[in-house]
Amino acid sequence: MSQPHFSFDGSQIPFRPGQSVGAALTAAGVRSWRSTRRAGRPRGLFCGIGVCFDCLLVVDGRPNERACLRLAEPGMEVSTQEGTGHGDLEV
Amino acid sequence: MTSKSERMFDVLVVGAGPAGLAAATSATRAGARTAIVDAGVAPGGQYWRHPAPSEDGVSAAEVAHLHHGLATYHRLVAGLRAVAQFSEHHVWTVTRDTDGFVVHVIDRTGGGERAVELRSRRLILAPGAYDRQIPFPGWDLPGVMTAGGVQALLKGHGVVAGPRVLVAGTGPFLLPVAAGLSESGANVLGVHEAASPLAWLSELGAVIRNVNKLGEGASYARMLARHRIPVHTRSVVVSAHGTDAVERVTTMRLDRKGRVVSGSERTIAVDVLAVGWGFTPQLELPLALGCATRVDVDGSLVCEVDDEQRSSVEGVFVAGEACGVGGAALATVEGEIAGTVAAGASSVAPRLRRSRAALRRFAQAMHRSHPVPAGWVDRLSDNTTVCRCEEVSFGALRSMQQDLDAHDGRSAKMLTRAGMGYCQARTCGYAVGCILGQEASRTSGFAERPVSSPLTLGALAASSPTERA
Repeated sequence: MSQPHFSFDGSQIPFRPGQSVGAALTAAGVRSWRSTRRAGRPRGLFCGIGVCFDCLLVVDGRPNERACLRLAEPGMEVSTQEGTGHGDLEV
Repeated sequence: MTSKSERMFDVLVVGAGPAGLAAATSATRAGARTAIVDAGVAPGGQYWRHPAPSEDGVSAAEVAHLHHGLATYHRLVAGLRAVAQFSEHHVWTVTRDTDGFVVHVIDRTGGGERAVELRSRRLILAPGAYDRQIPFPGWDLPGVMTAGGVQALLKGHGVVAGPRVLVAGTGPFLLPVAAGLSESGANVLGVHEAASPLAWLSELGAVIRNVNKLGEGASYARMLARHRIPVHTRSVVVSAHGTDAVERVTTMRLDRKGRVVSGSERTIAVDVLAVGWGFTPQLELPLALGCATRVDVDGSLVCEVDDEQRSSVEGVFVAGEACGVGGAALATVEGEIAGTVAAGASSVAPRLRRSRAALRRFAQAMHRSHPVPAGWVDRLSDNTTVCRCEEVSFGALRSMQQDLDAHDGRSAKMLTRAGMGYCQARTCGYAVGCILGQEASRTSGFAERPVSSPLTLGALAASSPTERA
């Protein structure tokens, strides 16, 4: 049986059912998937349990999803979150 | 409004970790109509974290070796048969009602977001705790993670955070983290424990009464020895280095007073730094209800409870880490007491009281033996990030103090935005309090959060305003 995948910034990330998006990215060697609003610094998993909100990313067009909590699903489209994740609304 | 929200429970437990599970099983056994609500995908909380149930994914069996006391876990989960269970349900606030409480919940099952209200005559809050952090140069680099987060990746997802891991901070929790990583194939470069190995000698009274707790620590120590993982005591990570992720960390030795020894720097190449300085209890819900608090031996703000785990608010019981960080065994005992009393029992078994007293003594000895070593503020540079969410530097906080003569938590929030971001100071609250020179836990401006779990305005708008009727 083939392993399920989701896409991350265009590449395919395999995962095991029950894993979070953050866990699957970590297993695939991806360390960061957000750039901060001010300094544009890279961030990824920090607390890993939904407390710190460092691991925010965009899932199927919806920003501010916590990668550590959101379970991976086949065919999900995941992308790096730049700033607030609402680039088009920024003033 | 959903059918769930029509139900009135006798006892509703928030949190399905050791304390919450014990509370719910005790309450249901005593005949109360009981519910348990938890944000996790499976019962267990952080201590007994389990993978999300799935057809052919990560199985509970493959992470079983990472757990301690699983027999207790299975017994407690088996005791939930008659309990209404709500997993992936995030409680965002609790309000009073004429005949009890309304628990406002966001149901996030399946990645959605749906507002739900649950009602109960009595509440048992068992919200648990998360890793306490102190900032240091480079701690915001990807690859620097909390020890608990690294453990959660292993227990909940079967994922090793990286090939080469260094474990650092203080407290007995560092040992199972290092042992679990090593058992799972990581190259654990070492455990850097800030405390002195001799600290326990002055706590023999508490230790002798808790020989089994010592045995737990000893079994991890043996495992580390078997994997040839060096444990460096009186050693601290002072900085992390790298461009887009951590590549190296610098450690230093500490003297007897917990100050770094100059010239003792060592630089070690790592992929992951797992760091933790004890735990911070999650007090949002007890504070929202007005429960009285006190400052515990470890400097954490915790709930004041009586001998039967009652808070100062009628009908609200608190159990586990929120009454003082003490580990799973203590949490389980407190949960059992809270569940039994909340269900209406008139007395608590003397063995539970005795067990709680001994375990609390042990917890306090642990806190005294594993303090956050003084002097970490002196190692921050002006550009070290303190508030990760709002990217507030140590320099910004310092100039606020020097130029504006402002020294309290509220001013720090207003003038620098420290603690105002996504996490609402859960991560930096302790550190900002220390930097401001206030006892961290007393800066209640950092602990009070009207919304305990974030939700969208859409979900809020969709919630039914029943209590206004």
